[in-house]
Amino acid sequence: MSKIWLITRREYLTRVRNKTFILSTFLFPAVIILFIVGSVLIQTQSRSHARIAVIDANGYFKDYLKGDSSITFDFSPGIDTANYAARGCTAVLIIPVLPQGKITDYRLKYKTQLSLAGTDDLKNRVNDAIVDHMIYQQTTISRGRLDSIRNQSHIGNLHTFEDQGKTAKASNQTMSFVVGYVSGILIYILTFIYGAMVMRGVMEEKTNRIAEVVVSSVKPFQLMMGKITGIGAVGLTQFLMWVILVVGLTVVAQGFLSAETWRTVQHAQQASQVGGAAGQTSEMASRVAKLDSAVSSVNLGLTVVLFLFYFIGGYLFYSALFAAVGSAVNEDPQEAQSLMMPITLPVVFSFIIMTIAVQEPTGPLAVWASIIPFSSPIVMMARIPAGVPGTVPYWQLGLSMLLLILGFLGTVWLAGRIYRVGILMYGKKPTWKVMWKWAFRES
Amino acid sequence: MNILEVKEVRKTFATQTAVDKVSFTLGQGSIFGLLGPNGAGKTTLIRMITGIFYPDSGSIFFQERPFAALKDSIHIGYMPEERGLYKRMKIGEQAIYLAQLKGMSRSEATRKVREWFARFEMQSWWNKKVEDLSKGMGQKLQFVTTVLHQPRLIILDEPFSGLDPVNANLIKEEIYSLAHQGATIIFSTHRMEQVEEICDHIILMNQGRKILDGTVAGVKQEFKENEFRIGLDSIPSSGLDTDLFEVVERQDGHLVVKIAGGHRPNDVLRFFIDRGIGITSFTEILPSLNEIFIKLVEGTSTARQFHSL
Repeated sequence: MSKIWLITRREYLTRVRNKTFILSTFLFPAVIILFIVGSVLIQTQSRSHARIAVIDANGYFKDYLKGDSSITFDFSPGIDTANYAARGCTAVLIIPVLPQGKITDYRLKYKTQLSLAGTDDLKNRVNDAIVDHMIYQQTTISRGRLDSIRNQSHIGNLHTFEDQGKTAKASNQTMSFVVGYVSGILIYILTFIYGAMVMRGVMEEKTNRIAEVVVSSVKPFQLMMGKITGIGAVGLTQFLMWVILVVGLTVVAQGFLSAETWRTVQHAQQASQVGGAAGQTSEMASRVAKLDSAVSSVNLGLTVVLFLFYFIGGYLFYSALFAAVGSAVNEDPQEAQSLMMPITLPVVFSFIIMTIAVQEPTGPLAVWASIIPFSSPIVMMARIPAGVPGTVPYWQLGLSMLLLILGFLGTVWLAGRIYRVGILMYGKKPTWKVMWKWAFRES
Repeated sequence: MNILEVKEVRKTFATQTAVDKVSFTLGQGSIFGLLGPNGAGKTTLIRMITGIFYPDSGSIFFQERPFAALKDSIHIGYMPEERGLYKRMKIGEQAIYLAQLKGMSRSEATRKVREWFARFEMQSWWNKKVEDLSKGMGQKLQFVTTVLHQPRLIILDEPFSGLDPVNANLIKEEIYSLAHQGATIIFSTHRMEQVEEICDHIILMNQGRKILDGTVAGVKQEFKENEFRIGLDSIPSSGLDTDLFEVVERQDGHLVVKIAGGHRPNDVLRFFIDRGIGITSFTEILPSLNEIFIKLVEGTSTARQFHSL
């Protein structure tokens, strides 16, 4: 045990004292912030203006189809499907006569494709136009009345709460989306960075023949575990430094915010409380009495604790495998590349599933991927901000944590057996088949 | 007391037998040469002695008890042929770390490292990194890390490669002094001439097998060919036909003769004295280990390697 501690200490100190560690600790948050700001800027800048030519056989769309800043419609009579692009339109909408009681296709022909949201938007606008036209045709309401009803009808605003018995948690889908997404990405990046670091460390020890000296005084398993825990501690240190940096920056940033902004924020928070809305009837009040207090937004404490758990679990799970690969390869980095494939694939898949899970945290794919240890560290972190135990029941969380612990015990055991043979094996081109033999043959 | 006893040890890798039933014993305080060409199985044998590999069959006894790698490894110092050091670690820290892995306390390790660095005049390197050291400097550091924890058994695999004569002598002196203090040294090399002057006891390996075992002097006696170098003030051009000896070589002022069976050197001396030829010197020619080795492996593919040396 004390030897693992010695090795851990060396791995930790040599890395933490390294200039690259200090540099990356401070640069990474800066790069991330720049990246986020940059992508937001680009997105707002490049908001597309679609100009759509309309060829309408019904004759009434000209009056009902409403354009605005994102879509404009061009009803010029001379436009046809051959010249719409020359007239500066991105697409042409062809609406044939739409007889009542029958579904008829209308077509959009384009040079540059609309976004998914843009197509939806267009569909809604066409439908609204049809509805408006029908209302106007079949009732006696005037156009002016109809338009003013439409304009005045936006008076309700949906707030969602997660029911937690005595209390309700104000759910903030955007917030849980962001927290889930960021946690997932962080675990993904950290697993790769530190897993690869373990692999390179093992390769260094092997090619420099240090392993030969060290393995004569410690067990190969101790050497491997010392390296894994040491580098894991480096990862935790770096992560905690990032948290401190981000919190620090936020506090500083709040100092610069005006009092006005603060009042707005506080006002918004009060308004979000269930009992806050004025003018309720007593009958109504009695029906909502249970929900007398609301916890705001994401449960930060739980999220941070689980983040640490899944980071450590996922790191141990994958870094042991990376160590096994490092021990098997010789000096050729190409060998490492091809052996890494089966390890990186599940990580990349988890990442893809994670992007789905943040949008649909209760979907079957998200649920199962958050339980299986190969993907659970990344996917579960995407689901947790959506709510425990509402969205993620306790049994799922418990099972996922248990399987992850069993999973990393399994990979550490497996990697230890491969490592023991691989670290002293030179000149043999490693394949997964050979490594499998190392792991499971009798000794 | 025997510090090490290797009995019928055998290790097979997928395609070949690296070490085939090798046995030998080592007394305390001796300097032991493990000789053989590249690929003879020296490194595999050493790795079994250091506990890196387990033998497929056979047994190893350390200090007359069955060898237990983890417990006994603190009494063993191993310097592999290809240097094993962390390139980006400061050398002072590195030496302390490796000593701690061998079970020394931090303070004791620090004291010992300072002591050895002073002996090798390396104090000023303390904060240098290994990647900044020359090959010879790295070699000295490696030697220090090998012997720092006062092992009873020190295994050196090609310790002089890359060292200049001054530093090679420095290390050689330390090897003698460690042996004098009671440490046993195994010295593995394919450079036979280095061994002749250092080792008391050698074994020769070829293709996984032990082909020779004995003291350096004993082996030479065993393989001597009864050849003598005689210095003469004048070499007669004729009249040397005798059944006493056969002239192997004529040189300026020297004859190399091979004494025929049943005769003694005194007979040869008398032969020249009787003829009134002045004798200036008379020395027995013993074969070098290299010659003995070539003789032993003559005809195999490994022999060629040694002819060129």
